[in-house]
Amino acid sequence: MRIGAPKETAQGEARVALTPESAERLQKLGYDCLVESGAGAAASITDAAYEAAGVKIVDTAAELWSDADVIVKVREPSADEVEAAPDGKTLISFIWPAANEALLEKLKEKNMSVLAMDMVPRISRAQKMDALSSMANIAGYRAVVEAGNNFGRFFMGQMTAAGKVPPARVLVVGAGVAGLAAIGTSVSLGAITMAFDVRPEVSEQIESMGAEFVFLDFEEEQTDGAETGGYAAPSSPEFREKQLEKFRELAPEVDIVITTALIPNRPAPELWTADMVAAMKPGSVVVDLAAERGGNCSLTQADEKLVTDNGVTIIGYTDFPSRMATQSSNLYATNIRHMLDDLTPEKDGSPVIDMEDDVIRGALVTHQGEVTWPPPPPKVKAIAAAAPKKKEVEESAEEKAARELAEMKKSLNRTGLLLAVGGALCLALGAVAPPSFMQHFIVFVLSVFIGFHVIWGVAHSLHTPLMAITNAISSIIIVGALLQIVSGSLLVMLLAALSVLMASVNIFGGFLVTRRMLAMFQRS
Amino acid sequence: MHTNEGLVTAAYVVAAVLFILALGGLSNQEKAKRAIWYGIIGMTLAVAATVSAAGGQTVLISLMVILGGIGGWFVANRVQMTQMPELVAGFHSLVGLAAVFIGINADLEMGAALAAREAGTADQLAGFAATIAAKSAVELSILKVELFLGILIGAITFTGSIIAYGKLAGRLSSAALTLPGRHALNLAALVACFFLGYLYLGGAGLWTMLLVTLISGAIGCHLILAIGGADMPVVVSMLNSYSGWAAAAIGFTLGNDLLIVTGALVGSSGAILSYIMCKGMNRSFVSVILGGWGGETQAASTVEGEMIEAKADAVAQAVQDADSVIIVPGYGMAVAQAQGSVSELTKRLRAQGKTVRFAIHPVAGRLPGHMNVLLAEAKVPYDIVLEMEEINDDFPETDVVIIIGANDIVNPAAQDDPGSPIAGMPVLEVWKSRHVFVCKRGRGTGYSGIENPLFFKENTRMFYGDAKASMDDLLRELD
Repeated sequence: MRIGAPKETAQGEARVALTPESAERLQKLGYDCLVESGAGAAASITDAAYEAAGVKIVDTAAELWSDADVIVKVREPSADEVEAAPDGKTLISFIWPAANEALLEKLKEKNMSVLAMDMVPRISRAQKMDALSSMANIAGYRAVVEAGNNFGRFFMGQMTAAGKVPPARVLVVGAGVAGLAAIGTSVSLGAITMAFDVRPEVSEQIESMGAEFVFLDFEEEQTDGAETGGYAAPSSPEFREKQLEKFRELAPEVDIVITTALIPNRPAPELWTADMVAAMKPGSVVVDLAAERGGNCSLTQADEKLVTDNGVTIIGYTDFPSRMATQSSNLYATNIRHMLDDLTPEKDGSPVIDMEDDVIRGALVTHQGEVTWPPPPPKVKAIAAAAPKKKEVEESAEEKAARELAEMKKSLNRTGLLLAVGGALCLALGAVAPPSFMQHFIVFVLSVFIGFHVIWGVAHSLHTPLMAITNAISSIIIVGALLQIVSGSLLVMLLAALSVLMASVNIFGGFLVTRRMLAMFQRS
Repeated sequence: MHTNEGLVTAAYVVAAVLFILALGGLSNQEKAKRAIWYGIIGMTLAVAATVSAAGGQTVLISLMVILGGIGGWFVANRVQMTQMPELVAGFHSLVGLAAVFIGINADLEMGAALAAREAGTADQLAGFAATIAAKSAVELSILKVELFLGILIGAITFTGSIIAYGKLAGRLSSAALTLPGRHALNLAALVACFFLGYLYLGGAGLWTMLLVTLISGAIGCHLILAIGGADMPVVVSMLNSYSGWAAAAIGFTLGNDLLIVTGALVGSSGAILSYIMCKGMNRSFVSVILGGWGGETQAASTVEGEMIEAKADAVAQAVQDADSVIIVPGYGMAVAQAQGSVSELTKRLRAQGKTVRFAIHPVAGRLPGHMNVLLAEAKVPYDIVLEMEEINDDFPETDVVIIIGANDIVNPAAQDDPGSPIAGMPVLEVWKSRHVFVCKRGRGTGYSGIENPLFFKENTRMFYGDAKASMDDLLRELD
């Protein structure tokens, strides 16, 4: 079968759905490729480059629509295009079915099988054909570049001979793919980057990109991103209030705001209000990536760049990916190629629409004269539900007191028992032993206690030196021998002298060895 | 004479304080270097004060101290760091023997003093004998009890330490000797000792004490012979403790507080070390002391699978690819003197920006803290040498674990197999890491003779050979 890519008809659309690289791969799947003359020109791909890759150049769109069996496009087809299209084609393109129900009807009438690239479910297997992500990635990058283009300062702080340059402060609202790409770009340019998202689970991703998560002090059962296929859900009015309050606080400090907050199938939430724009410093820039859906900033005009009275530039372009047409065409064409890869399990150049396949079923919006949108929920959840955070069971004051009391009682019981036994033994000893013994006995008991307390503090790694040094110190027994050596008896003197000798070996040996060991310990 | 006595006591107080400071100073590496000087000064002070107070025999004393000093200096400088366990055990035996001698002396002196008191010439007595002559009858009985205890503990320490030395130095088999009815034997010997002690208290002569020395010496021998090689860390610290208690008992005999204080310090120190070691192996102190692995365990489950061998190039490859490496040293590293090569390996890998750390099990080696000392000798920085609790949670994120001559301390059976003799002992969870390399001399089961399922795990590779030779091969491969 033949795959054809017409020239995009939408105003300002520079992307193309087929590139020479993707065409080569598609030919390996058994397809022939067609392209309308000049389709790649805006993305810097010449007809010659297509021809070199074995793609047939077709002069007009009408010719292409009739020759090709599978049409690949970027933007959804215009009414005129659908009108002119022959019956029974397969179309792969962005469709936005939720916003374009009339279009779906027309496509159905033309008996087309339509796969919407924007409906590919967000599951791991489908990431390779997730065109929304690949386009959002470009948009995020481009948003920072556009912001820099309209911002009069460096991103990175510098100390130069001509004076100090403060770093730019960038706030990214919404940390989806576009937001994360914007964070990454902004961080790598050297700006101080902060980011906010209503989904608490992305704070880790934000921090991993090197930005600071704007923490909102708010207690709420927040919807887990997993429930909504990894997208954000609308937040409660209270949460929104708290969020706006935080933004108001940040507005005077930030130089660049990039808003990327979108909720599936709803107008973009208004997050950056007129008064926040008014509070920003002159020369600041707001880039609104949600402009197409009404914008996160109330002042945004779609497809416009405007400057407010207080000198804040608000950029509402909706064609960020198209502004980097070469890059975005490459990525989009690759997404399309992966989609066709999945559609052609036999690699025989004929697409099979498998209704059991979650990805294909999810993307399919019209088929065999039926509107098949919306699809049933996928069998596999997009992302694993985040494990609920373990809540430390906080004890109430009474519980704590009760527990402590019980613990104290327990330890008191044990200590009490020990004390009782020890005391009884001491008393028994005291009853028979003379006072001179008891005096020494006190010293002995106290020393044992001191010993216990001191030794518990010794570092584990120093246990060998500890043994060597206690070994040396236990030679204090030499004192006993020294006291006896003065005896008149020869035998006593001899034994005592031997004891002194042995103890001396121990003293010198023990201390020297300990010193040797300790001298070896060193820090890296 | 009286002012002199006051001065001596003052010197003793200072010495005791210095000893406490010396032990307390070991709480960290930096302070420890100072702490040892406290010990040395304290000892010098105590000896000097005693010599000046006792008076006379200075020539003999100097001679003995100098001879002993030379001997000690000689041993201390010649000993290898890997021989530290034997050395410590050997030194303990000296303390034990000295305690026995002093105890016997005390009895002789007592006899002389009492005879002198009868004869009315007590005034002419000097030193220790003079103190005894002033004692009452009750005090004398107490003295005899103390003397008996001093000799008993001293003799056990003496022979026990010699056996421990022999086992650690490899001159005796490290396997546990299990005589039939060994507990009854020990008990009977102990009862005999106490009976002799009772006779002695009743007025029997020195022969009872000599007999006690012999019998308790036999107990010491038998006790330590019955303890298996893997329990040696406990034994050494236990003997350390005994030598302290012997000193304390002698202190009571002589009425010398310094001896009591110091003996108690050393005794409790050894007791705590033994306790820590026992906890490290999840065994009760009593079962260690009574020797051998507890008899009636369930049959350990047999291990299925195959040990897969790896050569130095495979190990080098894995290490090159790893970001984080943990090295687990054991006694095998000490035996092969491989610590220098291990240190070189560490240096090399750290220079390549890899995280290299050491995991030390509390009972690795034959002495508490044995591995730390060896690694320190090889100039491995001590801040990358971590204890089991500090590092055990990090194994799942570790790419490569290299085990050098360790076995039981990395045995997963301790956790998985309730029938294993070491069930419940805390172990390093090395098998949770990505790759495990076990550097081992041969296919045997090691010191304690327990099968190790780790060797059969899928992510484990055996790296056979002498630890030092293997490490050197590995270093060559890394060049």
